[in-house]
Amino acid sequence: MYKEGFIMAWASLIANKMRSLLTMLGIIIGVAAVIALVSIGFGVRQQIQDSISSLGSNLLMVYPGAPRTPGVRPTAASQKTLKVKDYETLKKLNDVDMISPVAGSSSYVIVYTNKNWTTTVNGINSDFQYINNWTMKSGRFITDAQVERRERVAVIGSTVAKNLFGDENPVGKDIRIKNDPFKVVGVLDTKGSGSFGNDQDDIVFIPYTTAMERVRGVDYLSMIYIKAKDGADLNRVQSDIENIMRVRHKIKNPELDDFNVRNMATIMETVNETTGTMTLFLGAVAAISLLVGGIGIMNIMLVSVTERTREIGVRKALGATYRVIVMQFLIEAVVISLIGGAIGVVFGIGASKLISAATSMKTVISMGPILLSFGFSMAIGLIFGIYPARKAAKLNPIDALHYE
Amino acid sequence: MKKEVIVIKDIKKTYVNGKLQVPVLHGINLTIYEGEFTSIMGPSGSGKSTFMNILGCLDRPTSGSYRLDGEEVADLSDDELAYVRNKRIGFVFQSFNLLPKLTAQENVALPMIYAGVSKAERNARAAELLTSLGLGERLDHLPSELSGGQRQRVAIARALANNPSIIMADEPTGNLDSKSSVDVMNIFTRLYEEGRTIILVTHEPDIATYASRNVVLRDGLIEEDKPNPHMAGLKGGTAHV
Repeated sequence: MYKEGFIMAWASLIANKMRSLLTMLGIIIGVAAVIALVSIGFGVRQQIQDSISSLGSNLLMVYPGAPRTPGVRPTAASQKTLKVKDYETLKKLNDVDMISPVAGSSSYVIVYTNKNWTTTVNGINSDFQYINNWTMKSGRFITDAQVERRERVAVIGSTVAKNLFGDENPVGKDIRIKNDPFKVVGVLDTKGSGSFGNDQDDIVFIPYTTAMERVRGVDYLSMIYIKAKDGADLNRVQSDIENIMRVRHKIKNPELDDFNVRNMATIMETVNETTGTMTLFLGAVAAISLLVGGIGIMNIMLVSVTERTREIGVRKALGATYRVIVMQFLIEAVVISLIGGAIGVVFGIGASKLISAATSMKTVISMGPILLSFGFSMAIGLIFGIYPARKAAKLNPIDALHYE
Repeated sequence: MKKEVIVIKDIKKTYVNGKLQVPVLHGINLTIYEGEFTSIMGPSGSGKSTFMNILGCLDRPTSGSYRLDGEEVADLSDDELAYVRNKRIGFVFQSFNLLPKLTAQENVALPMIYAGVSKAERNARAAELLTSLGLGERLDHLPSELSGGQRQRVAIARALANNPSIIMADEPTGNLDSKSSVDVMNIFTRLYEEGRTIILVTHEPDIATYASRNVVLRDGLIEEDKPNPHMAGLKGGTAHV
């Protein structure tokens, strides 16, 4: 009986090709949209995860932070509570493998001969290269000795090199930052765009001592990067850091901390949560079009029931039971939504591949959303097919036979 | 004594349209025996269509008893009625009511699908029935590719598909020319000779002369019920009433 149902459903779809296709379109678009949008969401998460894990999972960051007291709280970046002394103390911690302060993240105009380029200038130390996985294209990174002597030396990213020097080799050349001359000692390898589409190669590094005293004239750090030794318990390292900081800053109540320590594991969690919410939201928006597609199926099935009233009457007169008629129309609705769902899956995968090929966005296609949206489209065929099918099966055979 | 196929006792049918009650059948008593070829005649409004619907288990009487093959059908459920229509009654309609997208063979096989007959058996029996009605060459034709007379023969083959106790024909010649009408009525005569029970509703006296028994309805009651010893279709012989 199911086989008969499928054959009849197929015959009816073929007989009304255009109508079937238009009905399917709603489901096709819905399924394709769910798959494509969710793949974008997964892609964003993947990209962020990749760039975070490329930094190493045993990374901790110490930020200045406002004390958690009532009243007006300035933003974290404007806090001046993180000092070089803090860095020097934390450096002595047993579990610390590498540590680098960051002074700045300010934009300056960089000048070379008659060209200029505005970019971010960060003050760091020699460990920073390894903490952030930078490799050199030419020259070398900033050394401890240069940090010690507050030398005016700079390492530039490939974007900066390209824009200021073109084909020239920048190593050994003098550039001007805030009108002070700096000698370029190295050029970084290209890293490409970061998690949020920012250009990671548009950057200049100078010794943090130089940055604080000679460029910015400040006595505080903007953050400290710490890489824990392999195998160290990150949560313990984090609480050690917090304890040391509290002793140094004479804080008794952790509620009043004027700093923040974050480790990569917790950041990863936050990122997953955020991108998860975003993906869910994208998927939900797309799912609405699936729902609309379902209503389209119901609409067409109702038309089909009306059109075939006489046929239903004949079938009932010949002995078709309620169940047989319900099954016939239900199978038709499900076949429409299944075929639509299958085409939608193909289109969705295609769209997702097209997006990643045509734009810088990365997309990740996974089985979960494909199965889910396919199953959902089938469920929609069932749910929205029930009402027309029941309507057909409830027709009075006499009325149906006399229907013109 | 012949076997009673249909026993109807005091069947009444009243249609309710809002507050308006329209009585159509006022208490009909009728017994039809196996092998009878009964015609039901009557002017329009006499209730013959309503009576036919009840006889065909398409509709239920408001009151009264209807026993088909000894089973009371007046208070069966919808699905049980569908089963009765499928197994015990073969319908032939005025407007053929073939499914336009199915071939002649598929149309004949349709009642057997609902009876749960296997596909091979269905196709074989459908072909056999159509061949016996002279449509052996037309198995794969769609109804639209057949003449009116041929369509009605497909419909008769369909009515015979599940070997029912009764064939019910509602104005089977109403849409046919006179030549095709004679052909179709000759088929009914042949079925009668084979011993099948036939009920024929018609308003044409000519057609009624093919039957072995003539029933006339008027105003929801049987006005006349008499045997017809000179059946039009029989060659020389007389009816075995």
